[in-house]
Amino acid sequence: MIKVRHLVKTFGPKPVLRGLDFHVVQGEFVALLGPNGAGKTTFLRILATLSRPKMGEVIVAGHHLPSEAAAVRRRLGVVSHQPLLYGDLSAEQNLRFYSWMYGIGDLERRMDEVLHLVGLYPRRRDLVREFSRGMQQRLAIGRAILHGPDILLFDEPHTGLDQEAAAMLDGVLREIASAGRTVVMTSHDISRAADLADRVDILSKGVITASESTDSLDSLQLAELYRSVTRV
Amino acid sequence: MTDPIEQKIWLRADGSLKAHLRAIAAIVWKDLAAEFRSRELIGAMLVFAALVILIFNFALELDISTRETVTSGILWVTFAFAGTLGLNRSMAIEKDRGCLDGLLLAPVDRSAIFFGKAIGNLFFMLLVEAIILPMYSVLYNVNLFQPGLILVILLGSIGYTAVGTLLAAMAVQARTRDMLLPILLFPVLIPLLLAAVKASNGFLQGFEIVEIMPWVNVMIAYDVIFIAVAFMVFDFVVEE
Amino acid sequence: MERRPKTLTVLSWLTSVVFIVALYLVLFWAPQEAIMGDVQRVFYFHVSAGWVGALAFLITAIVGGIYLARGEQRWDRAAMASVEIGVVFTFINIVTGSIWARPIWNTWWTWDPRLVTATIMELIYIAYIMLRQGIEDPDRRARFGAVYGIVGFISVPLTFLSIRIFRTIHPVVVGSTDPTAQGAFDMTANMRTAFFFSLFTFTLIYITLLWHRLRLQHKMEMIEERKLRALSA
Repeated sequence: MIKVRHLVKTFGPKPVLRGLDFHVVQGEFVALLGPNGAGKTTFLRILATLSRPKMGEVIVAGHHLPSEAAAVRRRLGVVSHQPLLYGDLSAEQNLRFYSWMYGIGDLERRMDEVLHLVGLYPRRRDLVREFSRGMQQRLAIGRAILHGPDILLFDEPHTGLDQEAAAMLDGVLREIASAGRTVVMTSHDISRAADLADRVDILSKGVITASESTDSLDSLQLAELYRSVTRV
Repeated sequence: MTDPIEQKIWLRADGSLKAHLRAIAAIVWKDLAAEFRSRELIGAMLVFAALVILIFNFALELDISTRETVTSGILWVTFAFAGTLGLNRSMAIEKDRGCLDGLLLAPVDRSAIFFGKAIGNLFFMLLVEAIILPMYSVLYNVNLFQPGLILVILLGSIGYTAVGTLLAAMAVQARTRDMLLPILLFPVLIPLLLAAVKASNGFLQGFEIVEIMPWVNVMIAYDVIFIAVAFMVFDFVVEE
Repeated sequence: MERRPKTLTVLSWLTSVVFIVALYLVLFWAPQEAIMGDVQRVFYFHVSAGWVGALAFLITAIVGGIYLARGEQRWDRAAMASVEIGVVFTFINIVTGSIWARPIWNTWWTWDPRLVTATIMELIYIAYIMLRQGIEDPDRRARFGAVYGIVGFISVPLTFLSIRIFRTIHPVVVGSTDPTAQGAFDMTANMRTAFFFSLFTFTLIYITLLWHRLRLQHKMEMIEERKLRALSA
């Protein structure tokens, strides 16, 4: 589903991704861990077609990026650091806007469905700027799945959430990730990543330095592995 | 509950022109709806414009005869400055919550973003102008409701928002965001402003059409050229 | 690009020599203008500086466009170097214009089309530099520079046209169509020679300075690269 070879991305003269290799098969849930500044967000943005690779091959759903970026967008659902929501609009209006942008048919039914899924139906007419961080995040996920993408990219979705909100988010994530969705999620939280994902990759100094299935390792072992490969 | 992510059901197979137009309309709707809720921008632009006009009153000793000749200048200076508020705000909304990414993720051509924002900006600008004109008429006892003047204001606003939207999209991504837009915009806007002032003045003072036409032509040329240029380079401004 | 190429050294010497010749031609060899006197000699360098300013701006717009199409860093380097030279020479154009205006029209500033357009062009240049300074990401900086360079350049002829329709008191030197233009004068053959020679001289200066500036920029970038490599090793 996603194939990356020798990906290089620089910020001016400074290299961020240095020949990264990565692959995900359909239906896999991969958690991408790594220290701050390792390039996780940069990498995710390239996969999301928001940024261009400097060198290397990136193939998502059979399409080469960046040349075939437009073709891939329909199939991507992205939740980034920021909520990508308009504070002065209600939850419903936000979804309606994105429904139009994506050309979604049978709007009302779809919007209601999504609102129910993320547990925000009762608050649908409230302005987003009045939402808590947790609620915004849930709505952001709703926005991301509105058009029925089969590839999901999450950039540290649990950031800034309290325990309860994070647990709710996990529930939503599990539901979405079921039924053959391909998911790539970056995270700081090792145990949570081990819990949700099929596989954990560690990105350090611009390349993937480790890749382990979560069946074979428990979170303690993972933490140890993480420490060892990210040591300076 | 049905599987919430059944691609086939939820996406219409649209012709791309229809999708394009729908995206533009969506963006315009979004900006209007957001403004309708908060009413911050229109209020700010109006208050600002009113203040500028009042300041002009104190700054320039406007007796009856002088008033007629400087009216068009004052109007256009007012519009130009009030306009920057709208442009800045319109782009800042997209930048602040990362919403620009949301727009870029959608499967539409980037020029739809340009046209959507530009038309929204144009709408706000025309709205402000529609309120300023009667305000000025009343304050200075000048009749501003002439079709020629309306045409000039329309042409001028179109050119202004075309270039302004493009440059605001750049300015908002710089560190010196708010200061930068007027610095970038005004030098480039001068041919349009000059022509607008002269044409407005011509209509207000009842000059011959033949004298006013060169100015109107400059404005039309400016609008056409810069809409084309802005539309072509906008991709480079929003994409990475 | 380690050692300065021979061509550049030769060019630098040539430019210096040509400039001295031009100085002689303009200050001594060209005949004194009948009405304005010696101050008219400013005109030769005034126009040449203006020409370089406009040329630099054109080059900036063009290489900016090439950068957008190709994404290669060197085109952006050329754009920035050209802008720097353009800012300086346009400034010279404006100041010499002012110096020329004072004794002739008894004012430091004449609101004529060419001078005003030059000033606006200068402001666009400065805006260009300020835009670039406000952006951290080098790729974005280059892209935005290119876009503004193009937009700015296209606006200049429109500005000139607008102001030209607006008023004219600037002398139209090579063939006057406006009878109300003050300070117009016809050029004798010798004057024409001095004039075209200064144009040529200034163009040479532009090319030489541009080349030097590009090399300097390239070296600065190489230093940055080595610094980064040393730090991350």
